[in-house]
Amino acid sequence: MTPALELRAVGMTFGGLKALSAFDLSLQAGELVGLIGPNGAGKTTAFNAVTGVYAPTEGEVLVGGERVNGLRPYQICVRGVARTFQNIRLFRELSALDNVRVACHAGAKSGFFDALFLTPHHRAEERRILGRADEYLAVMGLSHRRDELSRNLPYGEQRRLEIARALATGPRVLCLDEPAAGMNASEKVELMALIRSIRDRFGIAVLVIEHDMRLVMGVSERVVVLDHGVTIAHGTPEEVRRDPRVIEAYLGDAYLEERQIELPPGSSVSPTRGASFPATITAAAPSPNRAAATRLRFE
Amino acid sequence: MTELLQHLVNGLSLGTIYALIALGYTMVYGVLKLINFAHGDVYMAGGFAGYYVAGAIGAGDRPSVLKAVVVTLGAMILSGLLGLAIERAAYRPLRASPRLTALITAIGVSFLLEYGFQLQPIAWLGVPFPPGPSPRFFPDLLELGPPFELAGVSVSKIDVIGFAVAILLMLGLQFIVYRTRLGKAMRAVSFDPRVAGLMGIPVDRVIAWTFFLGSALAAAAAIISASRMPRIDPLFGLMPGLKAFVAAVLGGIGSVPGAMAGGLLLGLTEEYVAGYTVSSFRDAIAFTVLILVLLVRPQGLFGRTTVEKV
Amino acid sequence: MTTAPGRAAGVLLGFLPFAVALAALAVLQPLLPPTATIVLINVGVNVVLAVSLNVVNGFTGQFSLGHAGFMAVGAYTSAKITLAFADVQLAFLPEAVSDQLVFAVALAASMAVTGLAGFVVGMPSLRLRGDYLAIVTLGFGEIIRSIIENVAWLGGALGLSGLPRRTNVVWIGISAVATVIMARRLAGSTQGRALFAIREDEVAAEAMGVDTTGYKVRAFAISAAYAGLAGALSAHLIQLATPGSYGFIRSMEVVVMVVLGGLGSITGSVIAAALLTISLEGLRGFQEYRMVVYALLLVVLMLTRPQGILGSRELWDLWRRPRPPANPPLASTGEDGNGEGAA
Repeated sequence: MTPALELRAVGMTFGGLKALSAFDLSLQAGELVGLIGPNGAGKTTAFNAVTGVYAPTEGEVLVGGERVNGLRPYQICVRGVARTFQNIRLFRELSALDNVRVACHAGAKSGFFDALFLTPHHRAEERRILGRADEYLAVMGLSHRRDELSRNLPYGEQRRLEIARALATGPRVLCLDEPAAGMNASEKVELMALIRSIRDRFGIAVLVIEHDMRLVMGVSERVVVLDHGVTIAHGTPEEVRRDPRVIEAYLGDAYLEERQIELPPGSSVSPTRGASFPATITAAAPSPNRAAATRLRFE
Repeated sequence: MTELLQHLVNGLSLGTIYALIALGYTMVYGVLKLINFAHGDVYMAGGFAGYYVAGAIGAGDRPSVLKAVVVTLGAMILSGLLGLAIERAAYRPLRASPRLTALITAIGVSFLLEYGFQLQPIAWLGVPFPPGPSPRFFPDLLELGPPFELAGVSVSKIDVIGFAVAILLMLGLQFIVYRTRLGKAMRAVSFDPRVAGLMGIPVDRVIAWTFFLGSALAAAAAIISASRMPRIDPLFGLMPGLKAFVAAVLGGIGSVPGAMAGGLLLGLTEEYVAGYTVSSFRDAIAFTVLILVLLVRPQGLFGRTTVEKV
Repeated sequence: MTTAPGRAAGVLLGFLPFAVALAALAVLQPLLPPTATIVLINVGVNVVLAVSLNVVNGFTGQFSLGHAGFMAVGAYTSAKITLAFADVQLAFLPEAVSDQLVFAVALAASMAVTGLAGFVVGMPSLRLRGDYLAIVTLGFGEIIRSIIENVAWLGGALGLSGLPRRTNVVWIGISAVATVIMARRLAGSTQGRALFAIREDEVAAEAMGVDTTGYKVRAFAISAAYAGLAGALSAHLIQLATPGSYGFIRSMEVVVMVVLGGLGSITGSVIAAALLTISLEGLRGFQEYRMVVYALLLVVLMLTRPQGILGSRELWDLWRRPRPPANPPLASTGEDGNGEGAA
């Protein structure tokens, strides 16, 4: 089945800085994938490459099997990719309803003539958009804020409005950039449930950038970890959580156990995954406060 | 061939004037990210300042090098003070406002100067200020005699002196910007005013100095220009101001060497295009250059592209 | 449902306001003294200019400084047509009707040509940001003027004179009403909302599927078309079209009106246009101080109340309930409850 979104060896180089390299990702419809990594890892850059803010300097981005490299953001949006922003970018002087209504009209180019002459076609379209917009507001629990200026909304509701707006474009892939930033614990739990229900209801693929581990692990089926623009781990939340490289990237190597291994004389080791070799491990008992992960250092 | 060289000479003279004015635009844009629409009128005011100083010390009747220097420096200082006043009164209160607001204010200040200077002189001042709409004639500051004739090309002495003075001033500015602490502070503010402030740089003072220097240079340009073409009126800064802005954009707005290069390049372009085609399109040439630059290479020759973080 | 009669009914309904306005003005016209007529016409011209510029500067948040250039295009287009048909009388029609018909065609043509010019100018320019766009539009305005000055067919520096005096209160009224209706309908439509979105946050608008460049260019073209209309009307009042009257200063006068009224407020533009036109009439005796006062007004306005009289609200919004106050700041983050940064 054609993935809703596919990134093949995507790279972004800004002048001398390689923000993203050889990034692979594949999302099927209905999948919920988390994208994590320390600050500056390249997560938002990946989003920007997907949504057309930047054109990838290497690799390909495919939406529904169609190559979208170099297309303008609005064209990519029309092909089914919607996003929210790390720093909320609502249309501040517009009401919540209007914010969503703008997105409802995604892709429509002209219609200026219809607008100016109030043709029945135009008026029918406006009614449709109004209905849809109200629906999306209801889904995100914002109906009571319908006519409120978006800049007057409380922070948590602004974040939800951004999601409602992105949903209104009718995407097949929804990219959420730190949707829970600034929320308290209970709001985050609510958001988790909301994201899952959105996925279930609309059958879209969701890609979430987040820092909150619990949120990501609780919501995602798969997790991809970036560090310095490179994928250092991917898999289920469980696998990723225990991956020593991930721990090192986030926490530094102070949280890793170091154990010494003695290799029998004459044996050789090749550093491939899954390789096994005879060894005896001699070490002190692990201290209870440390992460239960082991890194082997070869000297 | 002589025609080619003549245009070259004229173009360079014109270009140095544009360059001096452009420096003011580029420096102010660098630190404030504002197009100081009023800069062309500060140039005009500088010319009139020189006119008044010259009148006060009798530079027209008995010219001397000393008087010429006094007139020039006097005009530069007065212009600098005007620039300071404008910054303090009109731009500083709007530092935190949207850029559009400051831009409109700049246009308002520009109009204020242009039309303020066109009012009839105030009777009890003693000096004919404001000068009123009729043109005045800038006196000859030096007794120079006839122009040089080199290979059939006429090079007036004032062109040579003007060129030399301009180069000297530009080198002086280069020195200030790249070799002094003030210059370093100016460059820091142009990168990021907030952070510069946090690093202990007196941002307000640096910006004030920027305006002073830019305005002083514009006044020098006005003196040079008025010495070549003595007819000055309150609107004589309008076109040169706009063209100098184009020059600044051409060179890369925010870049000091860019302004110098842009000014010279624009002056030469204008001379050659006007010389070899229809000369009445002279003014439109600058705007055509502007549009081409902004479409093809908006950061200009020496500018850097800024990427907006999403 | 877009049945043919349905669509026709819609268009007809769209014209209803005009019919009403037309009738009212036709009745009003002979009753006015001549000076009042001229002032009223000038108010109308400025209303058309201000409201149309508001579409670009206010709705879409782009800063255009070349509006007068489009006035010129409209003025000259219409002038060429009315001059060409000056001695021609269309068959089967009495002279008066024939003249009006020619004028109507001239106005329509000037709008079409200027709209096209707006498209041509807008396409390359609207890729540029804020202050650069301002300068480029200023530049285009000057280039247009320069071209007109140098083309003999357009009368050169002296312009075209002897235009028939066709502009009257009725035409102005219709035009002003048409412009306001255009703006109103745009503002209430999906397309208008897209323009507002572009003004608020162009990056986000683009990410939500709005073809920002396409919309900006279209708004620019529509705005230009109405500026052309104003130019045509103005030229057929003073019976003259000269390049000098459509310079940067004229553009700035319109900008002042829009800013004074409030960027984005249609009623604000109308009020400001009326206010400024009438007060400038009153200051006629102090001609030389006029521009100084204008300039001072502009500077003081920007320093004290940059949002203008009405901000981005309309006149009827003043009666709405006031906005809720901002929530008190959250101690930990320094943001207030609305997510604003530390005050």
